Amino acid sequence: MGDMNTPTQITDAKKRYSAGVLKYAQMGYWDSDYEPKATDILALFRITPQDGVDPIEAAAAVAGESSTATWTVVWTDRLTACDMYRAKAYRVDPVPNTPGQYFAYVAYDLSLFEEGSITNVAASIIGNVFSFKPLKAARLEDMKFPVAYIKTFAGPPTGIIVERERLDKFGRPLLGATTKPKLGLSGRNYGRVVYEGLKGGLDFMKDDENINSQPFMHWRDRFLFVMDAVNKASAATGEVKGSYLNVTAGTMEEMYRRADFAKDLGSVIVMVDLVVGYTAIQSLSHWCRQNDMILHLHRAGHGTYTRQKNHGVSFRVIAKWMRMAGVDHIHAGTAVGKLEGDPMTVQGYYNVCRDTHTEVDLQRGIYFDQDWGALKKVMPVASGGIHAGQMHQLIDLFGDDVVLQFGGGTIGHPQGIQAGATANRVALEAMVLARNEGRNIKEEGPQILRDAAKWCSPLAAALDTWGDITFNYASTDTSDYAPTPSVA
Amino acid sequence: MRITQGTFSYLPDLTDLQIAAQIDYCLDQGWAVGIEYTDDPHPRNTFWEMYGNPMFDIRDATAILLEVNACRATFPQYYIRVTAFDSTHGTESVVLSFIVNRPDAEPGFRLIRTEEPGRTVRYSIESYAVQARPEGARY
Repeated sequence: MGDMNTPTQITDAKKRYSAGVLKYAQMGYWDSDYEPKATDILALFRITPQDGVDPIEAAAAVAGESSTATWTVVWTDRLTACDMYRAKAYRVDPVPNTPGQYFAYVAYDLSLFEEGSITNVAASIIGNVFSFKPLKAARLEDMKFPVAYIKTFAGPPTGIIVERERLDKFGRPLLGATTKPKLGLSGRNYGRVVYEGLKGGLDFMKDDENINSQPFMHWRDRFLFVMDAVNKASAATGEVKGSYLNVTAGTMEEMYRRADFAKDLGSVIVMVDLVVGYTAIQSLSHWCRQNDMILHLHRAGHGTYTRQKNHGVSFRVIAKWMRMAGVDHIHAGTAVGKLEGDPMTVQGYYNVCRDTHTEVDLQRGIYFDQDWGALKKVMPVASGGIHAGQMHQLIDLFGDDVVLQFGGGTIGHPQGIQAGATANRVALEAMVLARNEGRNIKEEGPQILRDAAKWCSPLAAALDTWGDITFNYASTDTSDYAPTPSVA
Repeated sequence: MRITQGTFSYLPDLTDLQIAAQIDYCLDQGWAVGIEYTDDPHPRNTFWEMYGNPMFDIRDATAILLEVNACRATFPQYYIRVTAFDSTHGTESVVLSFIVNRPDAEPGFRLIRTEEPGRTVRYSIESYAVQARPEGARY
């Protein structure tokens, strides 16, 4: 959009740099003719300007405050190649059907960023600007990174392909469960749940985000009992098994200590929470690379800033950052479970994790093409309020490269944890078999499950218990470009 | 015990018709299908013997099923799996692998615990069949 009254850049240097306050657009942070360079980092913000604030000036302010500007003119700009360092807002579009909100596209020169540091990207792009008074709200919707910048990151230490090769599990989603109750179990009791779940047919068990080292279970006790369970289940089934040992702790030194112990005990995977911070995640990622370890990331805390559409950071941006920072697993939503997530928006997150090249896909919330430059793929994890009766929907939505985690749906099974795990594994394999045979699982799914339940009593019991459970609530974070259902 | 490696081990053993349907699916995806067999089913024994190279140029499920059945006739008491390879950039690995033959009796694995200081235990897994007899005479 263009407005004839929008101030434009003052090109007379003497006027531009005389002391005082100028509009951001006058300072050069808005350039409607700017053609983003192949080496620019691009960001799309959803902005809600205060009443009376011109959207283009607001977009220029976002570009300014996320790059070189401060509130007033400073002469020291003239000591630098400031035209290059200034981020440029180059396009502002009204958000469809949402008065008062605008999409602002901003381009940043590559020289503004430190190589291989998501923390530096975050400090630049979301450092100050989200508290900026002329905006009621701002949200970072999407980002595009040039391959030149992508290649400064090592990315996932293992990646989907190598993870499958190490685990010897192909052609189907992986199955997991979070050990429950998440707080209060002793190490011995905790290991019992892990053993039962793995022996019953799960590939992974998992510590929850807030299991660290509390009074009821010291971390070393947990690791020791869990690894006995993992190895015993492996011997019982002939399969490689794992349990995500959460190494999240108060300091980096302590996290390394816990990760080292997990490695000593022969674990194939460790886990960390998003709340440890981007730098800590990158450090742990490098440790995993050195130690042949899969790194599972729980996105603890993300809902505080990803869920509301008008303010915060979209999870698709966090997913991109975490692929670059280098995690192997990331919780990315279930669409059909108990936690927030519109199906197409969630598919967008999955694509960001798994594509070799992501194309613009507005209905899935993808605003930029992204060449991933051979960066390894991240395995998305669907966890939270899902059960065997939804297997056809989950496989239809997410395909094979996903970890499906049924916590309550395994441990709460009326015939016990092993039966719960077996029900999930049978449902999964029956559905993959049927899909590969060319059957329409979206339509025939419930019948495929009922047929398998005829010879698998744990699956029959699971369907009886949870078959009708759904979580049909309206999502808050939906695409602005979703096709409107036609009225027949 | 029943070794549950492979994609469909929790289902009843697949019929020839079901195996052919899975092979058809692989061929439709553009994957190459291979056949592998072993009498050492340790979970970390990656390299089963190849019953010939992956069949890059055979695009007919019936022909591949003939090979599967020839392998079964030669090694009736071995584990045999059908494995599909995807050469697409970004994958270049196995994308489906399922067991189509197994011995009549599966004695399973022993978990060996070596106790070390500090309650640490070193684990290893040993197949009863492998430990009892040499290669070729195990099942």
